[in-house]
Amino acid sequence: MNKLTAIIGSRRTWAWPYVLFLVLFVVLPLLLIVIYAFTDPQGHFTLKNFLQFFQTSEAVNTFIYSLAIALLTTIICLLLGYPAAYIMATAELKTPAVMAMLFILPMWINFLLRTIATVELFNMFSIPLGEGALLYGMCYDFLPFMIYPVYNTLQKMDRSLIEAAHDLGANGREVFQKVILPLSMPGIYSGIIMVFMPTVSTFAIAELLTRNKITLFGSLIQRAFGEGGLQMWNYGAALSLIMLVIIGLTSFFGNNDEAADQKGGLL
Amino acid sequence: MQKNNYIIEVNNVSKQFEDGKFALDNVSLSVEKGEFVTILGPSGCGKTTLLRCIAGFQVATSGDILLKGEDITQTPPHKRPVNTVFQKYALFPHLNVFDNVAFGLKLKKIDKDTIVKRVKQALKTVGMTDYEYRDVDSLSGGQQQRVAIARAIVNQPEVLLLDEPLAALDLKMRKDMQLELKEMHKKLGITFIYVTHDQEEALTLSDRVVVMNEGKIQQIGTPTDIYNEPVNCFVADFIGESNILSGTMIRDRRVAFCDKEFDCIDEGFGENTPVDVVIRPEDIYIWESKSKRDSQASIEAQQEDYDPDDRIPKGKFTKWYGTVQSSIFKGVHYEMTILTDNGYEFMVQDYHEFTPGTTVGMLVKPEDIQVMHKEHHIYNLFEGEVLKNGKVRFLDAEWEVKEEQLAPFAAGDRVEVQVPFHEVDLQDHEEEGAISGEVHFILYKGNHYHLTIRTDEGHDLYVYTEDVWDKGDRVGIQIAPESIRLVKGE
Repeated sequence: MNKLTAIIGSRRTWAWPYVLFLVLFVVLPLLLIVIYAFTDPQGHFTLKNFLQFFQTSEAVNTFIYSLAIALLTTIICLLLGYPAAYIMATAELKTPAVMAMLFILPMWINFLLRTIATVELFNMFSIPLGEGALLYGMCYDFLPFMIYPVYNTLQKMDRSLIEAAHDLGANGREVFQKVILPLSMPGIYSGIIMVFMPTVSTFAIAELLTRNKITLFGSLIQRAFGEGGLQMWNYGAALSLIMLVIIGLTSFFGNNDEAADQKGGLL
Repeated sequence: MQKNNYIIEVNNVSKQFEDGKFALDNVSLSVEKGEFVTILGPSGCGKTTLLRCIAGFQVATSGDILLKGEDITQTPPHKRPVNTVFQKYALFPHLNVFDNVAFGLKLKKIDKDTIVKRVKQALKTVGMTDYEYRDVDSLSGGQQQRVAIARAIVNQPEVLLLDEPLAALDLKMRKDMQLELKEMHKKLGITFIYVTHDQEEALTLSDRVVVMNEGKIQQIGTPTDIYNEPVNCFVADFIGESNILSGTMIRDRRVAFCDKEFDCIDEGFGENTPVDVVIRPEDIYIWESKSKRDSQASIEAQQEDYDPDDRIPKGKFTKWYGTVQSSIFKGVHYEMTILTDNGYEFMVQDYHEFTPGTTVGMLVKPEDIQVMHKEHHIYNLFEGEVLKNGKVRFLDAEWEVKEEQLAPFAAGDRVEVQVPFHEVDLQDHEEEGAISGEVHFILYKGNHYHLTIRTDEGHDLYVYTEDVWDKGDRVGIQIAPESIRLVKGE
């Protein structure tokens, strides 16, 4: 009896369902992707899937194009989001919380619905869909993910640091350059990762906002699995693996920075 | 050009916040070059606001601030040759010790070798050599404080402003740092303006102390002046322990309090003037008395009172008697409360203990009696207006008044309303009063309390009471019609 209560009371016991969940839905699928990526439909080891990707110029171009779009989206979000976060965190607004709320509010609605609404908006004003629309849609969808972590770090920043910098002879620009910006880096890193990661793999937004005219890397993967039939799964798995590596590299670049663990943003 | 030796002059500076409250109310202060001036006061007294106005983080609403005779009232902080040591250090967490200290010098585009030399020198001054490349987060509170001081003095400012720099340190550390700061001040020759709420710190460190309360300067003087000759009850009460009593100045060098007359050394108060009297607890001589009652007849007998160590001054001093109520050992001395037969309470500090219940005699030397002008009369003064319904409006409420008071006035007349301090009735439950307020300030006057009540509308009301209240208590305020006197207003 005592043994039973000890087992139930142990924190270790309660961790088991989660371990099981992680194994079933994270580790196992990842393993499957790796196995599929390195085998042919018959199950023999091969590097053919990767070779196929690197030899298909269309696939490589799509890959580079997707990276470029994701990078551009991230930069635009940073340029738009940082000032917004800065104003919210520093200006003596009567209701900064309401402002932050309004920026977050669109996230309450599913992003597919928002994207479809964006398409309708473009149609209403007869603006042609395409690359511009795609960038617009991506920035619209992911801007809050940039604003929020930056706002968080800026808001937590000790006001007296800014005063100290002024006191030591720094003018407004120098205070920003030497104190505010370096101290908001953790938030910026979090924001970059949170915008870049989903944009590099998105496909639904691209399909809706360009009427399938522009294919992103996410779409390639989706097509390999959805339309290509069983024999294309291995190719799809290889593409997924390539993307995983890219995303892994970005988050590595973020977490590796010393500043990130000092005053952490959202991640 | 410069006519005087003042490095900082604050002339009639007021600072009003958006909510209309004055943080500084017509403050004037001059600081000499090389001086160590401490601004002392309870929290919210405006001392930090004054410092921030000098640093440039806040701009005075009116008045001006001069540095070496030059108006800097509107100069932004980065253009002022003053540096601040912040209460919570405000070290840059993304820079190491060296870069923190070098921050100001790098902005001035000084060459690298000079920077290195000066940073090392500053770190040496604060005893932090060999810490150059440490992360500031890895330093203890005291070490961070030292770095913060080094970061300020490395710029060789004209004035160093210190905003409660030691408040976050523990007692032992604080004492050590106090001495070091004083040493540093001597060595550097920079003018220090130091803000603190710790009266002991202020007395220990400063050449001059500026005592502030409610946005106003109460007294400026050397630590000894402030301690021995406080100008009003606030200063006396805030600096050290004190017995504050209401008394009457009978004539020059003669004052009455506690129903007795004493010789003192104060002059120029006029005859029969109500005054406040301050006696420090350590200035009262105390001995065990054999005579049970305090009568004039026993004056001769007092000479034979128990005094084995011969420590009671001999002479024609007025003595008074009481019974020890409590005695607490405070390390060096005992702190005893003594109640006299006529109901006055005295706090006395002595190296000898007198156990509760002992009848003791007390005396104080004339030079240890500090006489101060009473800040207020014995009644509250309000502006009021006679209303049509036979009531009088003051303190934002309507009050019933006796017929005979009202008789000379017509509706609409402006009147001056007088309410004696001891006739204001305070109620435990705020809804039982005609208006409500909060106990804002308490002063014990030996046998009664002198309270300042701040009403919800922001008026101050003075009350004498024997009841015990705590600061911050909510009270209802009631004034009986017979307690209200009306005088013709302007």
